[in-house]
Amino acid sequence: MIPEIGHYALILALAVSLAQSIVPLVGARTHDPVLMDVGTKGAYAQFILMCVSFGALAFAYGRSDFSVASVFENSHSLMPEIYKFTSLWGNHEGSMLLWVMILALFGALVAAFGANIPTSLKATVLAVQSWIAALFYLFILITSNPFTRLAPAPAQGRDLNPILQDPGLAIHPPLLYVGYVGFSISFSFAVAALIEGRIDAAWARWVRPWALLAWIFLTLGIAMGSYWAYYTLGWGGWWFWDPVENASFMPWLAGTALLHSALVMEKREALKVWTILLAILTFSLSLIGTFIVRSGVLTSVHAFASDPSRGVFILVILLLLIGGALALYAWRAPSLRQGGLFAPISREGSLVLNNLLLSTATATVFVGTLYPLALEALTGAKISVGAPFFNLTFAPLFVPILIAVPFGPLLAWKRGDIRAATQRLTFAFVAAVVGALIAFALQGKPVVALAAIGLGFYVIAGSIAELIERSGLFRVPVSTAFHRARGLPRSTWGTMFAHAGLGLTLIGIVCETAWGLETIGAYKPGATIPIGGYELKYEGLSPRKGPNFTADVARMIVLRDGREIGVMEPSKRAFSTRSMNTSEAALMTRGLGQLYVALGDINADKTTTVRVYWKPFVLLIWIGGLAMAFGGVLSLSDRRLRVGAPKMARNRAQAERTA
Amino acid sequence: MTTQDQNETQNARPRMWVALVPLAAFAAIAALFFFRLGAGDPSKLPSALIGKPAPDIALPALESLAGPNGAVPGIDPAAFKGAVTIVNVWASWCVPCHEEAPLFMKVAQDNRIRVVGVNYKDQPEKALNFLKRYGNPFAAVGVDANGRAGIEWGVYGVPETFIVGRDGMIAYKLVGPLTPDNIDTVLRKEIDKALAKG
Repeated sequence: MIPEIGHYALILALAVSLAQSIVPLVGARTHDPVLMDVGTKGAYAQFILMCVSFGALAFAYGRSDFSVASVFENSHSLMPEIYKFTSLWGNHEGSMLLWVMILALFGALVAAFGANIPTSLKATVLAVQSWIAALFYLFILITSNPFTRLAPAPAQGRDLNPILQDPGLAIHPPLLYVGYVGFSISFSFAVAALIEGRIDAAWARWVRPWALLAWIFLTLGIAMGSYWAYYTLGWGGWWFWDPVENASFMPWLAGTALLHSALVMEKREALKVWTILLAILTFSLSLIGTFIVRSGVLTSVHAFASDPSRGVFILVILLLLIGGALALYAWRAPSLRQGGLFAPISREGSLVLNNLLLSTATATVFVGTLYPLALEALTGAKISVGAPFFNLTFAPLFVPILIAVPFGPLLAWKRGDIRAATQRLTFAFVAAVVGALIAFALQGKPVVALAAIGLGFYVIAGSIAELIERSGLFRVPVSTAFHRARGLPRSTWGTMFAHAGLGLTLIGIVCETAWGLETIGAYKPGATIPIGGYELKYEGLSPRKGPNFTADVARMIVLRDGREIGVMEPSKRAFSTRSMNTSEAALMTRGLGQLYVALGDINADKTTTVRVYWKPFVLLIWIGGLAMAFGGVLSLSDRRLRVGAPKMARNRAQAERTA
Repeated sequence: MTTQDQNETQNARPRMWVALVPLAAFAAIAALFFFRLGAGDPSKLPSALIGKPAPDIALPALESLAGPNGAVPGIDPAAFKGAVTIVNVWASWCVPCHEEAPLFMKVAQDNRIRVVGVNYKDQPEKALNFLKRYGNPFAAVGVDANGRAGIEWGVYGVPETFIVGRDGMIAYKLVGPLTPDNIDTVLRKEIDKALAKG
């Protein structure tokens, strides 16, 4: 009964979304407030209905109701409770339901917090948002119904893919989806602006918080996914340039460009047409990512059980949404007025450079991801484009971006002074040299890595430059500088953290790739494995039983200078239901580096294949990601972006004046 | 028309054109997606053995497996000559094999072809139980207990199904299980092709 309620709620949500797709638009054209209000009401209704639908499926998963096909195929009654719940989105049908649930949530958020948006624009935005929702409800109902029943109900489920039985599944997909789907709001705003034919600085001010919110979650989602892959796949890699990773990385790059160009639009009314295009493209890349993952056109470690009929349906959705939006853009954009002139060397100029480089980087990833597809279509040859291509093309594109990063905030709007900015960055250049020298003293070669470490230090120091400049540190007493720094807008702090995060990630990547150590060997119990100043004493294997698996656990005693500092227990798990094995790596954090041990085959001669890695400063890769996301949160909490803040300040000022 | 108007239309034209670029690029990508959608699973690589002779390895029979005409023999590579043969690599531990087994009973009803099985890395009693449960579609069953023959056949996962032509050459390889879907759309077509080749 409960799954049927969920199914029915989904159908009702479709009905509401169809009404919401049309009525508010008519209202906006005829200036009818009642019709326009259908947008707001509909958005709330969709959200409530989706909560019911999602809740019903969650209930079926929680109770291990194997009469529901999706539960039977992806769950097992012996799984820990947390995985019973998360296996909901560990499969195509359930994850689509999560996707539309988040879409409905964002619609409701716009309805709730969009009080300062002009009513007609808000109504149009909610209608566009509802087109997206309607298409995806239809997609779920027609091709991927998660509520399909089985008769008779099987007694036991088929278990969740063992690789997904990990806390990472609880965090990574929801974060990523909030990021992906969050960009639908910028998309809806862009399409609504094109429909209304009116775009101004205020538009950018309304869009930026939504784009920023989506960007924060996407950043966290990608960082989390990378860490999950790192510890779960057993060979210590944290980025594979896999098509699906690229699918999440492209919206991130485009979204980063969007955040910056929207800034120019908000402050200077320039780059309007370009910002609109970026808003459309960012969400389009999210949608294309969804298509790539679920249609089976490309092979990937993430592939869902794919089905060409679903692929055709998603392709139709892409044609309608992306094709429609771009057609509207081609029709309307030429008539939009460009504003705000600026010199090439200026804050605007630096942000244009940022946009050029970021879009080129996005295009590079896009070409690399789709090239095998195009080549096979044209010649039938099967190739795969791997890390060498991306490392060769992407890294040279990112170096100028990183060099330019600290300059941006130091240049004035309209016309900047590059010499003054360079002078203010003197200490960043010094930091670069010091950083490279420290790395040289500790590690020596290779020179490229030393230069990259220097670049990382430069980016971090350069990010702090604006803060030092504006707080007057080193020029005024420390207490005054501290007081001034606290008084700076939060967005300044946000910029600093986000930019410094880039430098941290870069340093982490360089240290891990250039100076990481690795040994692989077959060892008998009692053997000692030396690595990077540590010694691992292998004590032997012992069996252990988990809730739905059995494991062979290896015990390793970690010694530093002959003293025991801890125990690591990598294991191999055997899941009987799917007759699959997984290797669970053991990690030990030492400072910012990690020891990483993974088990390979257990051989006939009683030896065990063991891979041991020492990864210096590897944690910086993800700490950098966290710093970027934290910077985003600070910017989002800036009062300038807080909903209605300017109006409230004005009201208060007026009240004071009248009083 | 004044000079100023002319200037404006001239300025507007290139911008109109530029605004169409994203749409055109998307159209090309969408066309690419459309053509690749119908192209099948990209993870399936073509077998390097197609067009090459079937491996020349005899496999012992599955002990105490009896058919209507007495004991079911093992695989003799010489027997590939003269008839179109379907070679199914299977094991009782392989889950998709259980799903495709009933379908092979249907395939075996076609008397123009011979259907044989290679029992891959399996235990004899479990293999016998498997055939008892679903019926035995195979005219011959060869036992490949250690997987050596599997290497020669280029097997990288069970189930896999080969079509060997009358000339003893491998004509086609199906990776993964037979399904009610691909039995007509793929396997029967390939069988007809192999039969037509004479």
